[in-house]
Amino acid sequence: MPTLTYRDALNQALREEMERDPDVFLMGEEVGVYQGAYKVSRGLLEQFGELRVVDTPIAENGFAGIGVGAAMVGLRPVIEFMTWNFALLAIDQVVNSAAKMLYMSGGQFPIPVVFRGPGGAALQLGAQHSQAFESWYAHVPGLKVVAPATPYDAKGLLKSSIRDNNPVVFLEGEMLYNSKGEVPEDEYVIPIGEADVKREGADVTIVCHSKTVAVSLKAAERLEAELDVSAEVVDLRTIRPLDVATVVGSVHKTNRCVVVEEGWPFAGVGAQVVDHIQREAFDYLDAPVQRVTGADVPMPYNKHLERLTKPSPDSVIAAVKKATYLDGD
Amino acid sequence: MAQPYPETHLDPARAGFYRDLLRRMLLVRHFEEKAGEAYAQGKVGGFCHLYIGQEAVATGALAAVREDDYVFAGYREHAHILLRGTSPGTVMAELFGRADGCSSGKGGSMHMFDAERNFLGGHGIVGAQLPLAAGAAFAIKYRGTDQLAICFFGEAAVNIGAFHETLNMAALWELPIVFVVENNRYGMGTALERAAAVWDVYRRACSYDMAEEIVDGMDVLAVHDTTVRAVERAREEQAPTLIEARTYRYMGHSMADPIHGHYRTKEELEEQKKKDPIRRLEKRLTAEGLMGEDDIKKMDQDVLAEVEEAVQFADESPDPGPEALYTDVYAD
Repeated sequence: MPTLTYRDALNQALREEMERDPDVFLMGEEVGVYQGAYKVSRGLLEQFGELRVVDTPIAENGFAGIGVGAAMVGLRPVIEFMTWNFALLAIDQVVNSAAKMLYMSGGQFPIPVVFRGPGGAALQLGAQHSQAFESWYAHVPGLKVVAPATPYDAKGLLKSSIRDNNPVVFLEGEMLYNSKGEVPEDEYVIPIGEADVKREGADVTIVCHSKTVAVSLKAAERLEAELDVSAEVVDLRTIRPLDVATVVGSVHKTNRCVVVEEGWPFAGVGAQVVDHIQREAFDYLDAPVQRVTGADVPMPYNKHLERLTKPSPDSVIAAVKKATYLDGD
Repeated sequence: MAQPYPETHLDPARAGFYRDLLRRMLLVRHFEEKAGEAYAQGKVGGFCHLYIGQEAVATGALAAVREDDYVFAGYREHAHILLRGTSPGTVMAELFGRADGCSSGKGGSMHMFDAERNFLGGHGIVGAQLPLAAGAAFAIKYRGTDQLAICFFGEAAVNIGAFHETLNMAALWELPIVFVVENNRYGMGTALERAAAVWDVYRRACSYDMAEEIVDGMDVLAVHDTTVRAVERAREEQAPTLIEARTYRYMGHSMADPIHGHYRTKEELEEQKKKDPIRRLEKRLTAEGLMGEDDIKKMDQDVLAEVEEAVQFADESPDPGPEALYTDVYAD
């Protein structure tokens, strides 16, 4: 099976869907001539021309709305935000237009649009260029929110997102673009709304998504080697709709759970996961569910401080020790 | 704000067209009056923005576009959807929040939609409909058809970022779109002069090297002629136009707001009413012998009866059942 980067897997997904459906087009800053700020759209302008690979001015609210308007009349736009940090300028169109149009029109106007781009913390980009927005968008009925962790998942889920008849917020990990993984040559799609058990285990469930999947897998290896703790790693892949059955099923088996995310703790994705677990796996729990989140601060620039804000194998292991009463307290 | 408008002339050969314009304006006027009454009776909830006084703008402009063109508007849009031909009953039923409403009772006054008639809303955030309309215009260009998009908004929307972002991209990409600013002089209670550094709104087009038009928004024929030019530009040259139609609203910003008071005087309102677009067309048609007074009276009564039927239809339409709460959140 060929090995691809996350970036190239996304590129393949875009290329294949644009070949498959002439209504699909890509629009955003630097997607064409520049080949993409993160090179996800490399070669697409040359293959599909400037009507289907559209460079925009820096006008996020404007071109996000143009995407929604084009979707109202039946096209299937893929709107790239250079990063999700800049998409705050467009959140009115994402929330007030894209997410609500079907409902407030009484079912007349579905909005088959994908908003995609890199999110989460990168390296020393400071407070305004390093943040995770999963819980912001997952809060909104009408949106689907996808955050893949591997090249395989990224390709299969982007293809599904483009074919979906609803607005999809597709959060790529800025630090994942160079990560590599196996991607089959034959066509495949991954359904939105299905979590994936990335590692099976018996003693504790670690729920995670996007960049924190690699962090959790590293933690799981060390837990096995150092503490003889067998951790099951559940990658949510989709935040909304949330695959509650897979999460709860795993907790029924392990009786302990740690939820990891890069976003801030208050009303985060983990808070929602914990809510489901306390109701649907209450009698199975042997310990309180632990959360590992980004620190509750704007991202600092200094690299030592920055490291302290992000979930790490160490912080995941510390949380697992609490959940398994191995922390000595 | 005084400016010379070009005079319009009646062509006897087009008497039928003028009658139709008059009938449409009367429909909007009577519909809105009934909507106001229904609001006072508690049948209409929330925010309800009436169009009384501004009838010539949407009537003249929408008479210049085709059925397959895409129409977008803000939250003062009862007129625009009626003028697309959506039945007054379903529009009134939407105001009443009923199941037979044009948005199944889920949209309300500010979110009217009719996909069949290419009426694409009904948008409640000031200026948000501009990029949406440009998106539809982009789709037209993408598909290579000869349709266009027409987008209505108030003069207060020209100060929001979405206006500038959209006009820039519409001009840059040569999109087939007509922007119609309905300058009724007040963004809620703030006069244009207190909100905008440039008071001639149409002049904003020059920032984007876009065609501009200024028109007397109380003269339905002038609005129509102006829009015809903009439509030709959009269809034949793929060039957008910014039309500023100067008009006036007789009611408060919404039914919850005072008609006059701190921000405008009763005298100003009464002065503006002398330019009433409906009375003006009626006078011209009778003066030139194209319609008799009895003829107009009969038309008025017919329209009133149609609106009363619409109220009855809305009254009789059921509320959506609880099962409607969770439908239309996601498409299949």
